[in-house]
Formats: sequence, C-alpha cells, structure tokens
Amino acid sequence: MKHNIYIYILVMAVVTYLIRLVPLTLIRKEIKNPFIRSFLYYVPYVTLAVMTFPAILSATANIWSAAVGFAVALILAWQKRSLISVSLISCISVFLVELITGI
Amino acid sequence: MNKKANFTAGVRDGIPIFLGYMAVSFTFGIMGRNAGISAWEAVLISATNLTSAGQFAGLSLISASASYMEMAVTQFIINLRYCLMSCALSQKLDNHLPFFHRFFIAYGVTDEIFGVSIGCKGKLSPYYSYGVISVAAPGWVLGTFLGIVMGNVLPTRVVSALSVALYGMFIAVIIPPAKESRVIRALVLVSMILSLIFTKAPYLNQISSGFRIIILTLVIAGAAAFFFPVKEENPDTAENSPASAKEGSENEA
Repeated sequence: MKHNIYIYILVMAVVTYLIRLVPLTLIRKEIKNPFIRSFLYYVPYVTLAVMTFPAILSATANIWSAAVGFAVALILAWQKRSLISVSLISCISVFLVELITGI
Repeated sequence: MNKKANFTAGVRDGIPIFLGYMAVSFTFGIMGRNAGISAWEAVLISATNLTSAGQFAGLSLISASASYMEMAVTQFIINLRYCLMSCALSQKLDNHLPFFHRFFIAYGVTDEIFGVSIGCKGKLSPYYSYGVISVAAPGWVLGTFLGIVMGNVLPTRVVSALSVALYGMFIAVIIPPAKESRVIRALVLVSMILSLIFTKAPYLNQISSGFRIIILTLVIAGAAAFFFPVKEENPDTAENSPASAKEGSENEA
C-alpha cells in the first residue's frame, strides 16, 4: 500500500462525522415552514421502511427464515410490543426456522 | 424525567442494536482480516466511523490503494443519508439544550440509533442518546475486534439470526405509529414497494443503496408533506404512539 492507512481512516472519519454534525449545528431553531416540518416528520418512516424492505429478506441464510423473521417482527410490532422484544423474538424465530429446516 | 432515567432507557434500547452491530461488524472484521489490515486499524476504523456501508466501501478502497479524494467522495455519497437524519433529528432537540451536546449526539447518528431516537416521546434527551451510544458503539467495536482476531468462529446460524435484529428494531419503530395513522401506514407500504422495485427493476437496481434511500426519502416524504401536511398539534400526538409501544420509555428531557 503506497498510501498511509491513518490518513485514509482520518478522511473517512472526518467526512462521515461532518455529514452528521453540520445539520445538527446549523439547524438550531424549530423550523416554522409547514412543508419542511411535515417533510422532516415523515423522513424517518420512509427511510426506515426503505432500509428494512426488501433488505431483510436477504439478511439471513435463506429467504424463508428471513420471511418468518419479518412476519414475526411485523405482528409483534403491530401489537406494540417493546423494541427489544420485537427484535429478539424475531432473531429467535429465524434461528428456530433454520434449526428445524436444517439449513 | 431525569438524566439517569433517560440514560437507562437509552441503554435498554441499545441492547438490540448491540446484538445487531456485533453480527454486522463481525463480518467487517473478517473482511478487514482478508484485506490485510491490522486488528488495531480495523478497530480504529469502527470506533471513529461507526457506520456499516461506508466502512465496507472504505475497506475496499484501502485495499485498492485509491486516492484520498476518491475516499472522501465515496464516503460523502454513501453516508449522505445521515445528513437527512440529522436534519430530522435537529427538530427533536430542545432549543435550550447546551450547544456542546450536539457534537456528541452527531457521533451517534447511525441508521439504528436514529431509528430509536425518533421513536422517543416528545423531545430527545441527549442522555438517552448517550445511553444508546454507550451500548451500541462498543458492540460495533467489539464485533470488529472479534471478527479480525478470531475469523469465522461464530456459528453461521447465530450470525444469521442476529442479522435480523436491526431490521426487527426498525419495524418496532415504524409499525406502531403506522397502526395509529393512515397516512404513515400508506407511507410505510409505498416506501417498501418502491424500495423493492428499485432493488429489482433493471436500470433502477444500478443505483447504490445509499442513493436509493436518499432519492426515495426525498420523493416519498416530499409528496406526503405536500399532500398531507402535518397539522400543528398532530406531530405530538403522533409522536406519542411509538413511545407508548415501547412500554413506558419516557424520554422527556
């Protein structure tokens, strides 16, 4: 490697940190514009939904265990179970499906 | 609601993130080992970057001896979604909060920590963020360390199961409000369908996942804001619902 790894790491860390920091320091007041307010209010739901699906289906060893994990999480979340129980029971169900089907 | 209770609530919500991060960063460690970087260097990357896609891309650029500029531009593009998240998060912070907190909260703007922070009731307490970060970040670093030092030691079945932890968490954040609000329900459904199309359809599947997230967020959240502007009193009532789903995680500052 002809480049210095520490400079690489520094570049990565600084760019990533600034992307996170700049909006937080620049937007210090409550935004009054109703369109931007509504937009920012909807952002997390869209972002998280886009990141979850269909990525979750290829997260595990095969699509079937992933589909079961996805369904279990949806049902538990619909029942308003806590974050940690939705997450862990979903993991356990994936584990069990893969164990039983022997994948 | 005091600092300690907020911190504790954060620690609790950080546990699934810890597990999910272990699974992902473990893979990062193994890849770092294959790329020929040292354990210390891999751990340093994980501790200073705290991001998945950006680190994987960074690793391949390091092994390819890319230029520093190429590294900067790649990181910028892949991680640009954090900019949107920080904008949304800025509206969850109290105006009167001492300014220095923003520098620490910024460190922890990841998909997952952002997810649980948005699920909080009312304003976001920085101590809640610190609670989550104090559990999640060590998980990320520890997984990296184990991956690079030990290689493939975790049974694949365990890694496979833990890989859904983070997605399960996202679902736990977005589904309860979707149950309460018809607009959010439609929003989640449309987002997932379009995301599926963007992943599978020819041409569209050439778009990187970072850009897919940004494009879809701008378009869908923008359209929703245009057609269904949130009324002044609505955000608070809607924001109450995810928190009530979290079994009394009171994060009022």
